[in-house]
Amino acid sequence: MTGSILFQAIVFLTGALICVPLAKRLGLSSVLGYLLAGILIGPYLLGFVGEEGEDILHFAEFGVVMMLFLIGLEIEPKNFWSMRKTILGMGGAQVLGTMIVSFLLFYYPMDLSYEVSLTFSMVVSLSSTAITLQTLKEKSLFDTTYGASSFSILLFQDIIVIFMLGLIPLLSSEDGTLPDENQGEAANLLANLPLGLQTLAIILSVVLIVVAGRYLFVPMLRKVAATGVRELSTAAAFMIVCGISLLMELVGLSPALGAFLGGVVLATSEFKHELESTLEPFKDLLLGLFFMAVGASINFIVIKENPLGIGGMLLAIIFIKAVVLYGVGALFKLKMDQRLLLTVGLAQIGEFAFVLLSFAFELNILSKNQMDILLVVTALTMALTPILALLNERLILPKVGTKESEKRPIDHIAKQHKVILVGFGHFGSTIGRFLRSHGIEATILDFDSNRVDFLRKMGFEVYYGDATRMDLLESAGIADAHMLISALDHPDTTRKLVKMVRKKYPDLELLVRAKNRYEAFELLELGVEHIYRESLDTSVKMASDALSKLGFRKYTLYRQAQNFIKLDEEGLREIAKNRPEDEKEYIFKAREAIAQQEKVLEQDWKRGIYQNDNHWDSEQMRLAREAGRNSSNVS
Amino acid sequence: MNSILILFAHPKFEQSRTNKRLVQQLDQLEGVTFHDLYESYPDFHINISYEKALLARHDIVVWHHPLYWYSCPPLMKQWIDLVLEYNWAYGPEGKALQQKKCLNVITTGGLRELYCSEGSNHYSVNEFLRPFEQTARLCNMEYLPPFTVMGTHQLSDAELANKCKQYVQMLRFLQKDCSPQVIEDCVMLNDIPQIN
Repeated sequence: MTGSILFQAIVFLTGALICVPLAKRLGLSSVLGYLLAGILIGPYLLGFVGEEGEDILHFAEFGVVMMLFLIGLEIEPKNFWSMRKTILGMGGAQVLGTMIVSFLLFYYPMDLSYEVSLTFSMVVSLSSTAITLQTLKEKSLFDTTYGASSFSILLFQDIIVIFMLGLIPLLSSEDGTLPDENQGEAANLLANLPLGLQTLAIILSVVLIVVAGRYLFVPMLRKVAATGVRELSTAAAFMIVCGISLLMELVGLSPALGAFLGGVVLATSEFKHELESTLEPFKDLLLGLFFMAVGASINFIVIKENPLGIGGMLLAIIFIKAVVLYGVGALFKLKMDQRLLLTVGLAQIGEFAFVLLSFAFELNILSKNQMDILLVVTALTMALTPILALLNERLILPKVGTKESEKRPIDHIAKQHKVILVGFGHFGSTIGRFLRSHGIEATILDFDSNRVDFLRKMGFEVYYGDATRMDLLESAGIADAHMLISALDHPDTTRKLVKMVRKKYPDLELLVRAKNRYEAFELLELGVEHIYRESLDTSVKMASDALSKLGFRKYTLYRQAQNFIKLDEEGLREIAKNRPEDEKEYIFKAREAIAQQEKVLEQDWKRGIYQNDNHWDSEQMRLAREAGRNSSNVS
Repeated sequence: MNSILILFAHPKFEQSRTNKRLVQQLDQLEGVTFHDLYESYPDFHINISYEKALLARHDIVVWHHPLYWYSCPPLMKQWIDLVLEYNWAYGPEGKALQQKKCLNVITTGGLRELYCSEGSNHYSVNEFLRPFEQTARLCNMEYLPPFTVMGTHQLSDAELANKCKQYVQMLRFLQKDCSPQVIEDCVMLNDIPQIN
């Protein structure tokens, strides 16, 4: 079944539109939804997608590249450098450990040849960046130990895969050199050069990315921004990612790794956010496509031929990967629950398998059947681990490690002034400390188990888990709480929490942290009265201090700052109050608001800082007096 | 030589022609500490222990401020409320300020002539300053007559320059000696013969 491109697009999109919301409904991650959609439209069920699924897979791998670029944008070079020990340590231990154990499995009990066993063990040692990072993002677990460890290991795998691609030709019985036509698209320009020159070229290309990031990309983006044509920014962003990928492929590095590096270089530039918002939707779509292609590529005929063998291999591989990951977690002293998350989270085989396996097949290291079997196993691990993760989260985690809640006698005051504080990061902890210094013990909700354990040690009443779960909020006692303070960092989570709480407990006092005026606006629309913009007070205070250093009087600045904040908040409320009915009008209003702000700024400038405040101004009295005297002179 | 602490309170100092000129010259004076309250505590959060230590190091305390509604600006009152603690400044154990001298330096928009029973302000400046006088007395300090710059609305530059000179001379006079005989005869320290 081929048909036109349009027909294919419709098939994929329909699959996604049906399966992903369904998966979300059932509380599963979107990855699983895409995989299911892929299986559904694939050649063995509905048969909408046939052989071309493989091409789509290659195409969609670009989504992984984009994801790594976007992740790179989030990591400033300094932070990257500080992670080097975890990357090398955890990543090295995981890859080496998995390779050794799985090699033994393939070599002895399964009696495969030494070359095949080694190739398989390399494939098995890698995990899926796409699945893991997507899941981490969806559950906003990036900042936990589990998130950081996963990321470090995946990054190491991205690097090590370069060496694997270099090693595989050496396993080939055909003298290591191969005819050009076998190399396919990913032709490596340098393959015929001596090893020293290859290394040099690789180092040079990495340097090139760093230099280009600073001196080519940023000036280019500035030029593009100056034209004011929006789609050019999109084009430029794509140019950067594609350019880096191409360069990486030419020197035989993983494009994902190069993209990551490019992202890191651009993380400190002023275009960080623009690049993010431009590429994000494309990345999400391509990743979705990628997962669907993986689903479609599961070869059910191979499974049917040898269901027991494949089933056994599938379980053995997941088991080996899990055990090694568990060991690595123990070695690096991860807490039990974080360790279990890591164990299951990275237990699948990654998308590099598709690359490595077809490469080894082209070199005649693997037979067609061997490749197909492992491809199927790879796709199945990808489909199975999200389910395992779900089981882990629902059934095992609540019993080990950090418990969801801990019984503890509540003292009198806490009972009388019941306050629920959601989120105990930098923002929330300050709130908690200040409340505590007044004898108010807030009931805290947080999803970082390390923090939760520490807080419990400090004597706080802490509930561990996702604050957007009503049952958790209810066991934390929301029903008889006086107020709920949301100190969550993530706007989406905040909105979800607010909506849920407003619906079920409309009378509960809500104090909500907002990231910026846009989020504050949305919260106002949700009917939240008390909104605390984290970017307001501090920045005004900073501006005041700057002006003070320029010679302005502190007390005047103090009063002006208060005025400024008051005006700003009133303005926001004014706009929210005149809430428009339809979208079009909203855009108009928003534009009007910007115009208003411009007007306010202009007025600020014209009237000068003091004019709106005549208190304690003797000059005015003097002028009035003089005016009086002059007029009496005339008369 | 007596050391002098000038506690200065003006919520809009940058707009005050008179006080800017009066204060300008103070930092060149040896033995005089100028302490700008509104610049130090824009949020009214006074560091009490710091203020006490400052008081302990000086012999003469000057409350320098414009006269607003016949009193001092609010931060000065806050200072008095917070710093002059029971059993430190006053009360049975309150001996910290004993023997120190204290006075107001004030600026008024209206002329001195307006501050009398026939004038629109009805009372003299000294009468309006009674709360300060009594505060000083309760803290066992000796309260000196005020130094004033009055009628600032119509003060010419030359007159203002003269007032500034007088302010410095008055401070120097107090630094050398506070002979009660001379001061007792003055209604205001402006009247000290040595500075005229």
